Parts: sequence; C-alpha cells; structure tokens
Amino acid sequence: MSSQQSVLFDAPGPRARRWIVLGNVLGALVVLGIAALVVVQLAAKGQFAAALWEPIFTSSAWQNYFIPGLQNTLRAAGYAIVGAVIFGLVFGSGRLARVRAVRWLSGVVVEFFRAVPVLLMMVFFWLLFGFNRISDDPAFLAVVIALILYNGSVIAELVRAGVGNLPKGQSEAGLAVGLTGGQVLRSIQLPQALIAMLPALVSQLVVVLKDTALGQIITYNELLRAAQIFGNGNSNNLQTLTVAALIFIVINWALTAVARWLSRYLSGRTAGQTAAGPGIGNPVAIAGKGPGAPPVTAGDPGGGGGGSVL
Amino acid sequence: MGDFLSQFGALFAEYPVVSAFWVNIQLTFWAAIGSLILGTILALMRISPIASLQWAGAAYVNILRNTPLTVIMTFLFLAVWTQLQITLSDDFAQNFFRFGVIGLTVYHAAFVCEAIRSGVNTVPLGQAEAARAIGLSFLPAARLIILPQAFRGAIAPLGNTLIALLKNSTVAVAVSVSTETSTLMREMIESNANYIYAIFMIFAIGFAVLVIPIGLLTTYLSNRLAVRR
Repeated sequence: MSSQQSVLFDAPGPRARRWIVLGNVLGALVVLGIAALVVVQLAAKGQFAAALWEPIFTSSAWQNYFIPGLQNTLRAAGYAIVGAVIFGLVFGSGRLARVRAVRWLSGVVVEFFRAVPVLLMMVFFWLLFGFNRISDDPAFLAVVIALILYNGSVIAELVRAGVGNLPKGQSEAGLAVGLTGGQVLRSIQLPQALIAMLPALVSQLVVVLKDTALGQIITYNELLRAAQIFGNGNSNNLQTLTVAALIFIVINWALTAVARWLSRYLSGRTAGQTAAGPGIGNPVAIAGKGPGAPPVTAGDPGGGGGGSVL
Repeated sequence: MGDFLSQFGALFAEYPVVSAFWVNIQLTFWAAIGSLILGTILALMRISPIASLQWAGAAYVNILRNTPLTVIMTFLFLAVWTQLQITLSDDFAQNFFRFGVIGLTVYHAAFVCEAIRSGVNTVPLGQAEAARAIGLSFLPAARLIILPQAFRGAIAPLGNTLIALLKNSTVAVAVSVSTETSTLMREMIESNANYIYAIFMIFAIGFAVLVIPIGLLTTYLSNRLAVRR
C-alpha cells in the first residue's frame, strides 16, 4: 500500500503504533485463518488430488480448449471495442450537436442501450440472427453487436462528460478568438476530451472483456465455455474454472494498471479530467451546471491531486 | 394492427412477464443489501491504518472485480454446487436463487467498496486538519466532519453500482435461476418467433423503466447533496 496520508487518521504516535501492530497481527491471523479453513475444507473433499489438476497442465488442454477459447474471447472483445469507440464518437458528438433533433435522438439511443442488460441484447440478437440465418456464427455476431451497443453508449457518455468536464475557459477562449460553436467542439474541446477519456476507455475495455463471458450463455465458444466443456469432460470444473478465472484476472489486472498509469501520465497533458473508470456500469457523471459546481466522478480521482491510490 | 395487438396481448397474458421481473427485483434487493454490508466492511478494511486488513481488502477487490460475473455464477453452479455438493436449500429453485444472490453479492461488493472509498477520497485533507484544529478527536471528527461528506460523495457511484446490479441480475441464469427475465424472453421468442421485436421491446422497456428512475434519483441526490468546494 502507499504511504498516502489518510483523511481519517492522524499520523500515529507511539501508543497508536502499538495498537496498529496488534491489530495488524490479529487481522493477519483472521485472514489467514479464513484462508486455512477454505483450504482444509477443500482438502477434506479431495480437491487437491493430482488427478483433478493434471489434465489442465497438458498441452492438449491448452491447444484445444484454453488457447482457442482465449482467442475467441479476445477476438470478440477486439471487434467490440473498435465498434464501440466508433459508436461512442458518433453518438457522443450527436449529444453535443447544435441541432436539437440530433441531440434528442442521440440521447434516446444512448439512454436506451445503457438501460438494457447486455445479456438480453445478446440473447435477442442471437435468436434473431439464428432465425434469419444472417451469419454462420450468429453467437459471435450477437456477442459483438450487443457489446458495441452497450459499451458504445457508455463511451458516448464518456465523450460528453469529457467535453462537459473541461474548464469553461477553453470554450470561452475559442469563442473569443472567433471560432464558431462547432469549430470549438471539433478543434478545442473534442481533442482534449479524447485524451482525457483514454484511461476510462481502457477501463471500459475491462468491462468489454468481462462481458464477453456472457457469450457462454448463448453458446459462443469463448474462454469460459471452453473451460466449462473441458471441465465437464474431466469432472474437474472447480479446477478448470479457477484457471479460466485466473486468466481473466491477470489480463484485466494488467489493463487496470495501464488505465491507472495513463490516468497519471495524461493528467498533465490535458485540461480535462483523466480519471480511470470503475470497471462497471456508467463510469462518469458530468459537472453540475452551476458555477463552481464540482465535477462528480465515480472513478479514482486519478492524478488530479486527490491522492487516491488503488 | 388491432389483430396484432390482440395477439400480442394474449402473448403477454400467457407468459409470467411481471413475475419474471419480480424475480430480478428480488435478486437485486437481497444482493444490494448483502453487497452493501460486505462492501462497507471491505471499505473499512481498506481505509483502516492496519496493513494486513488493507492488503486483504485490496486483494478481494482486485480479484473479484476483474473476474467476469458469468465466471463467478458458473463457478457457483458447477464447482460449488455440483462438484463440492454444497446446497443452500432443499428446494431446488430456492437453492439456485440463493446462489444467485451470493454470486451477485460477492461481485458487486467489490464495486460498493470502491464507491465508498472514492466517497472518502472526495473529502479534502484540510477538512480533517480543520476538525483536529478545533479540538475534535477521532470519533467526533469522523462522525461530524468526514463521513457525512464522504457519504454524499459516494451517492453517485453507489447509484451506478445499483443500476449495474439490477441489470446484472439477469446473469443469474448462469446459476440456473430459470424464472428470471432473460430465460423467459428466450422462451417467449423461441415459441413466438414472429413477435421477436415486440417481445424484446417489452423486456428492454421494462428494464429502462426500472433503471432510468434510479439513475435520475441518484443524479438528483448527488447534485443536491454535493458538497460545493
């Protein structure tokens, strides 16, 4: 952990430091005790038997199940994030357009797709494409399109929030040198907003990657489903799913670290706010309209001086 | 058109659409309570000065929020229930419902923890220093100065987490909760393919009607209660 100064606690004196050491030891004992309990219970049920773990560490398990599954997961996530960025840019600038009808339409689209569960969209598109024989692989297409619609709407909000959270002086300066509203948006606000939203975009990639696992429910052959098929065959679902979960955790952890680094790195390069997203739901809100109202962000306030360290 | 509407009405009457939504609301309700409790405990661990608790809280959050919810649900169904043969109720439906609540709880608790922590992080250090300067000790400073501001800062992220929880309650299908909306929508479409768009719109609008008011309320509250700095 960091040496950040906590808002709740003063720097501890000698007595408090003794209490902290005591609490530290007790806390460690409780945590280790819970872990030990789980391990003992699992051992009592024979879950550490080599026969249950060995199939996972064979080359055929990786060649035929884990790696093709991971490839499918990454393929769907890759298409989805590219599509979502395009969708987000179109509808995000749509929400900032000067024409009221465009603003309104973009708003309805974005709010609708943010409110509908991704799984419902996946099931709908899967059945729709299956009935109409639109694709050889309706499950893949359904996963990608559902993820584009949901995450694209979230990114549209990121674009809007990125522009909304810029200091007012930026647009005022643009208008003062004689730019029109559209020119201010294109040449001053959007470029800064896009840089500011990069960390949140990387966090959104974590959401995309996690949501590809929903494809399992509509029989898309991604990592979770591959692991599950392999686990069913070897009657070691607990072990196999643990490995699959670890793969997801490692990738997402690395992406989260990149998002945090970007957030710090970019904070000096734009007037916008470079908070990383929380990895769930709608990550940002837009600054209140009133003068001096604080911008509200759900994520860590990045390098913005709040000193939040994950 | 009238013909379409009457057939559509018959479809609505034939399937328990409302009770499917009710299952999702119940899942959300219990998981919201559970994840609020667990998430608050985790947040207290992470903001405490005790390193071992900080570490355990951080480990929990980093592991759970980087695991797909579908993986957690599938793990509960295939590993915990099938392989370890742990049951939570003799009644099949009740058993899966409880597993669904547990899966939603452990996943969203990580986000509740981060929401609360980000609320605490919105309080500037100067507030604590000012509280000390006027002679408040730890508990009064926390109760009167810091926590009230922290809760206000946490409203918006907590609202977002609640919305995500409600939508994610459909993933309970992965732990065999078969009465919730995504399963029912699939059944309805599979046997009434002609009405696929209309059926999807019923469920989509149903969720929009549930989700959008929560969003409006939390935005209103967080703007109204925001601490102007």
